[in-house]
Amino acid sequence: MSHTTMNLNLKVWRQKNTKTPGAFEMYRVENISDEMSFLEMMDILNEQLITEGGEPVAFDHDCREGICGMCSMYINGKPHGPWQANTTCQLHMRAFKDNDTIVIEPWRANAFPVIKDLTVDRSAFDRIIQAGGYVSVNTGNAVDGNSLPIEKAKADEAFAAAMCIGCGACVAACKNSSAMLFLSAKVSHLALLPQGGPERKTRVTNMVAQLDKEGFGACTNTGACEAACPKEISIANIARLNKEYIVAGLTSE
Amino acid sequence: MLDAKIPKGDLDNKWVDYKGHCKLVNPANKRKMEVIVVGTGLAGASAAASLGEMGYKVKAFCFQDSPRRAHSIAAQGGINAAKNYQNDGDSIFRLFYDTIKGGDYRAREANVHRLAEVSSNIIDQCVAQGVPFAREYGGLLSNRSFGGTQVQRTFYAAGQTGQQLLIGAYQALERQVALGNVQMFARHEMLDVVKVDGKAKGIIARNLVTGELERHFGYAVLLCTGGYGNVYYLSTNAMGSNVTAAWKAHKQGAFFANPCFTQIHPTCIPVSGDHQSKLTLMSESLRNDGRIWVPKNLGETRKANEIPEADRDYFLERRYPAFGNLVPRDVASRAAKERCDAGFGVGTSKQAVYLDYAAAIERYGKTEVSKKGLSNVSQEEIIALGKEVVKEKYGNLFDMYAKITGENPYEVPMRIYPAVHYTMGGLWVDYELQTTVPGLYALGEANFSDHGANRLGASALMQGLADGYFVIPYTLGNNLADEIYNAPIPTSHPAFEAAEKTVADRITRLKNINGKQTVESFHKRLGKIIWNECGMSRTEAGLKQAIADVQALKKEFWSDVRIPGEINEYNPELDKANRVADFIELGELMCVDALAREESCGGHFREEYQTPEGEALRDDKNFMYVAAWELKNDHEWALHKEELKYDVIQPSQRNYK
Repeated sequence: MSHTTMNLNLKVWRQKNTKTPGAFEMYRVENISDEMSFLEMMDILNEQLITEGGEPVAFDHDCREGICGMCSMYINGKPHGPWQANTTCQLHMRAFKDNDTIVIEPWRANAFPVIKDLTVDRSAFDRIIQAGGYVSVNTGNAVDGNSLPIEKAKADEAFAAAMCIGCGACVAACKNSSAMLFLSAKVSHLALLPQGGPERKTRVTNMVAQLDKEGFGACTNTGACEAACPKEISIANIARLNKEYIVAGLTSE
Repeated sequence: MLDAKIPKGDLDNKWVDYKGHCKLVNPANKRKMEVIVVGTGLAGASAAASLGEMGYKVKAFCFQDSPRRAHSIAAQGGINAAKNYQNDGDSIFRLFYDTIKGGDYRAREANVHRLAEVSSNIIDQCVAQGVPFAREYGGLLSNRSFGGTQVQRTFYAAGQTGQQLLIGAYQALERQVALGNVQMFARHEMLDVVKVDGKAKGIIARNLVTGELERHFGYAVLLCTGGYGNVYYLSTNAMGSNVTAAWKAHKQGAFFANPCFTQIHPTCIPVSGDHQSKLTLMSESLRNDGRIWVPKNLGETRKANEIPEADRDYFLERRYPAFGNLVPRDVASRAAKERCDAGFGVGTSKQAVYLDYAAAIERYGKTEVSKKGLSNVSQEEIIALGKEVVKEKYGNLFDMYAKITGENPYEVPMRIYPAVHYTMGGLWVDYELQTTVPGLYALGEANFSDHGANRLGASALMQGLADGYFVIPYTLGNNLADEIYNAPIPTSHPAFEAAEKTVADRITRLKNINGKQTVESFHKRLGKIIWNECGMSRTEAGLKQAIADVQALKKEFWSDVRIPGEINEYNPELDKANRVADFIELGELMCVDALAREESCGGHFREEYQTPEGEALRDDKNFMYVAAWELKNDHEWALHKEELKYDVIQPSQRNYK
């Protein structure tokens, strides 16, 4: 394969901390190989900034293989950038051309306050899980794994929902900053499995209540979340969440 | 000689007897006892959740923004358990035996047997939590094979087993947070262990958002902080994975065991250039179906698909007919390096070998044809059906490969090369997972205990969860039972004050260097030294040179590093500088250890010690021990040996032929 290099203009959101208002800054990076990942390009920008005596751009990242859910950039108007079913860390510079201007912003949502530059606080997601995103089984209580056969199709569907990496792209993509796709993925994962049965009603009721408390918006079914999701979590999960919620409400005692 | 406090009695009964006789803490006392857990990967999250369930007051710390990000999440292939669901002859003994042999007879028998014993409980626990393991059409759990074994004992969830297990443990942890049993401190990094009267009684942690230092008391401190593979700069570890917590413990008196035992994983995507920040693993499960080869002829210029069978060298199948492509990782990596060094490598860098799925696609296609009862099927249709099957099994891995390389692995063979993946070495712990500092424990990859000189695939997840769910809940109680008579220590105690001052002074010193070079550039240079001289093969001369180079690098780092920003704010460069400073010191110890171990075993290959066929040559007479290093002074360590006694297994030359 032949490799090319490119020069790019970067328009990056800079914000000192949660309290200080932010603004865009322009930077130029040169000789970027199309084989680099997007974050490696950001590394080069940061090395450049530090060497020039400036402050590097703060951004969250960790595994750099698309699974930890930590990276979170809004690139050219899309969470995680232009590629489908992709995280920022797996976006490669092949996606861009010489002399492109790339706009890089943090996730924007009231429930995700900016900590610095492109880093946001997503602890609201942890609190939603705390409200019921689990099966209440203490260590040591389990019976043999094969004593509970689970229909393969159901198990596969539960797995597809459980693949959510909790990155928050769904919230960033949504015009209402709704976290319904995230919530529905967890509710579906556990509702589809017999293990989740006993707590099915309280789980969905409590998790929805927590979601509202965190200040996420309502869902208006535009589907932007599904389109931006790096793990292609289906919007059908939101339908299942709604069903679970209604059933829980109608049959509550 | 170090005492590992291994219980007496038959190997089969040691753990049973231990559990039957260890001391307990009553529920009312547990409620009064604070325990600190650092790290929230599989070991940390499972330990924090289990201890919270038991009633302890747990404080859990992680440097990421959420406990769910820990790097256990990236484990792909699976988790071993001696369930024998496949009726293929598996048993606790066989899992134990495979692990000891895979580790090239440098692991402790009693620990490994315990690991095999609890392996089944892990699967049961995870299923109960709702972990969506792969299943067969009958609804029962599915298994696959992994390197270094001849049975199918690996449980998996597509190529995301680590993610699913971690989410299970994370959810159990968040449940305890909701119940008030665990207090979670995300975006916090442990920067020192606080000792009072020789016992670990707390930590100094830095709030990474505000930069403030915090004092936390605990009756015990559990380090579940993973491995140190990032010492090489390029590895499959997450960018934030670091040795800092373990290294601070080492500086406080915890011995560091077998630091030179590092694992180079054979199937990773090759390095593409100097800009590379990390390497990506392609799961070992791919070796189930993929065939590894290089061209037979030097100077081959044809594309992979144009090279006929006769001109291909399936070197693993050739050298190791019994295990073929499923030899253990150290063996597979060295064999690939041997071919590349001999000039048979492929790709632009010539530092890669092919991992080919063409045969598997055709085989699966034919199976589908017969399953579906089709007739008159063209070759193209067979291939198309085969691709569907491969997609279901390995789709996410193939997608990842395509994104990174821009090539379609369904059409052309993947290019792979070995990369640093896991570290078998770590803090020395006894049978109870306690380090040489009383009250300080190490779990999971952070300790050295179960994998000897080489870890078998699908065993890291098993060990992390075994330590957290099923070992520490017993062994911690055995020690805390005596602590109930001691009152909690206020964090105004002089020991806390002194520890906080040490940490603050070091940060100020780092920040005030105001040099010219970036933290990243130092890290890259360190990585190159360690990779070249303490990587896949090592020599006496190379290691001596590396020690001198690392010492010089340390001096340069402490006089010329530049850290932008302020101390009291969110400052990832400062966090990184703290970690790289520790990696540099660890790098020296790794070379010291590799130099002292004058034999080859597992992942530690000294060129001077090999068989005529180029296999690792152990020296059981002189090196059948765990090398546990005590820090004496800067650049000065004392070696303590723990003799390894094999009561049940007879060590032999590992043979996968």
